[in-house]
Amino acid sequence: MRNQKGMRVMLAACLSLTALMAGCGAQTAGPSESPASAAAASPSGTSAGGKEDAVPVGILHSLTGTMSISEVSVKDAEMMAIEEINKAGGVLGKQLKPIVEDGASDWPTFAEKTKKLLQKDKAAVIFGGWTSSSRKAVLPVVEQNKGLFFYPVQYEGLESSPYIFYTGATTNQQIVPAVTWLLQNKGKKFFLLGSDYVFPRTANKIIKEQLKAEGGQLIAEEYTPLGHTDYNTIISKIKKDKPDVIFNTLNGDSNVAFFKQLKDAGISSKDLTTLSVSIAEEEIRGIGASVLEGHYAAWNYFQTTDTPENKKFVEAYKAKYGKDRVTDDPIEAGYFGVYLWAEAVKKAGSFEVEKVKAAAKELEFQAPGGKVKIDGENQHVYKTVRIGQVQADGQFKEVWNSGQPVKPDPFLKTYPWGSEVTKK
Amino acid sequence: MALLLLQLFNGISLSSILLLIGLGLAITFGLMNVINMAHGEFIMIGAYMAYTIQQLFQKLLPASAFGWYFILSLGAAFAAAFAVGWLLEITLIRHLYGRPLDSLLATWGVSLVLQQLARQLFGAPNVAVKAPEWLEGGLVLSADLILPYKRLFILALALVCLAVIYFYQYHTRGGRRMQAVMQNRPMASSLGISTRRVDAQAFAFGSGMAGIAGCALTLVGPIGPTIGTYYIVDAFMVVVLGGIGKLIGTVAGALGIGVLNTAFEYTTSATLGKVIVFSLIIAFLQWRPSGFVSWKARALD
Repeated sequence: MRNQKGMRVMLAACLSLTALMAGCGAQTAGPSESPASAAAASPSGTSAGGKEDAVPVGILHSLTGTMSISEVSVKDAEMMAIEEINKAGGVLGKQLKPIVEDGASDWPTFAEKTKKLLQKDKAAVIFGGWTSSSRKAVLPVVEQNKGLFFYPVQYEGLESSPYIFYTGATTNQQIVPAVTWLLQNKGKKFFLLGSDYVFPRTANKIIKEQLKAEGGQLIAEEYTPLGHTDYNTIISKIKKDKPDVIFNTLNGDSNVAFFKQLKDAGISSKDLTTLSVSIAEEEIRGIGASVLEGHYAAWNYFQTTDTPENKKFVEAYKAKYGKDRVTDDPIEAGYFGVYLWAEAVKKAGSFEVEKVKAAAKELEFQAPGGKVKIDGENQHVYKTVRIGQVQADGQFKEVWNSGQPVKPDPFLKTYPWGSEVTKK
Repeated sequence: MALLLLQLFNGISLSSILLLIGLGLAITFGLMNVINMAHGEFIMIGAYMAYTIQQLFQKLLPASAFGWYFILSLGAAFAAAFAVGWLLEITLIRHLYGRPLDSLLATWGVSLVLQQLARQLFGAPNVAVKAPEWLEGGLVLSADLILPYKRLFILALALVCLAVIYFYQYHTRGGRRMQAVMQNRPMASSLGISTRRVDAQAFAFGSGMAGIAGCALTLVGPIGPTIGTYYIVDAFMVVVLGGIGKLIGTVAGALGIGVLNTAFEYTTSATLGKVIVFSLIIAFLQWRPSGFVSWKARALD
């Protein structure tokens, strides 16, 4: 055939594109739900009273595309919080009017929609984002327009913006205490396994410094491409190296393959401890509880967290969105973020960004996962750290917690080894 | 020593997976020359069939029968993918023979549509499949050398599929007709073979094979709407490297990529290992553009 060469070239181009798409697809952590119901749940906040007085509030998550899996359930939680606040009479006598925008898993879209929400809709605040890339895209826009942005997901730290409130954990509220706990309870020899992109690499940089400082031992550090599905060779290496602990920063679908194959290779949670930082209740549903049973994860909140606020929260969430839905850490952080902002507005007596920011300093709120407090210095949130073990029903049993909310330290200034991480 | 053997087994095991996903493509791409970017979605159909059958078993049948669901799934996966493949051939592919670029774009579109359809039907998140009891655990040869039954099963399945395709191609009426049509269409047609029907059959058969691969893959990896995209690159690599149009080439391609990939991954890292393998493939194809096994046929003249 004459055009075979052209055909090959096109094929090669398409395949590489597909490979790229597969890579993106892998980021789809686990969280929940089809996009269909997302569309159905669009703006509905302006029900009771005060129509002209309603205050526009932006919600910006990926409702389509690869991240919709994770972000739709966070959007649901934020909508629920707004609805609850409106039912209770709104804020400063005004109803909140949610304006839902779709970031479409595309970082430039996030920036563009942020601009639209701030400039055209005059949103008093925006709740949204999931990936660090989406946050980094939004950051300059909110800073330029002096808007407010609440970000609900744990991340790699090393960032602080005066216009962003971080309601998810930073590294010293998840990774660092988890490493300390492992060193004290499970052994010194660490095997670091992660997907090959920013978060795992930054997390492992931190872990390596911490291991050096706290007497741990780094056995190996392995990264696999996003979407990688054959873990037998990695498991061979694990068998050879005999670590005490695998610190798992794999993201998305790779977790399914890794844990299935680990189990098949005859390694159970009794033989080897694994601790993950991106597997929550939503992800367990997709991986299968039987495969994950006995393994550990570190978060600030579990659906099983035993507080009166959480009981109410879980019940309300299930009543609104369905019995089979689960709550998890980013869902909770999205939910209480709305309340934190509302409290700050009440305290400030105004919706003006600068006044709200000033009032937000040291503000406290009783969240489902326990008391949270906004840090006046870096606008992160004090949160309790928890480590849980996966049970047969897919829920976590808490095995350790920090006892009290931990002060956020995104630049790891309070650790003697922290400077080693930030200077590089 | 045990580790070396284990790594060798891992290599062969990966090869068997590659072979399984490559076999269907060896027919649709290798024999028929259709660049089917939706091949991965036939894998997805197979995987979701396994999930569906499992759900049915859990709801309708007593727990003791559960172990059998997987065998039934294999058949159902083949049947479902075969049917969709057939439908796709008569509605779309048929009109695109000899127009590789058009078929490439059209099938890519089909792949996106099928993915979205899966999202509507099964939801965007992954679904979990529980392996039947008889595939849990592994063959213990020594403390360090455990061969998981699932991997052995996939290996056996790949060999069975290979045998079936071989037998079909060379020892059945339908298979010989298929060969004849692919090699010399006008001649076959003038001898009374309905080439349209043969085309549809061949395409559906290749799709069905992808369905079986998808069903088997539920044992090792995730099941989600994008499962196909993970494997399609590898599938094309296997077929292109092996040499288009000959079954033995597909086997060689799968073995080569599988064993080398695990070997390099063991000595370097997962990312670097893959880079090395891909570089070697590119170099090899420069040297032998038609792959391991070249085939002198009129279709390629």
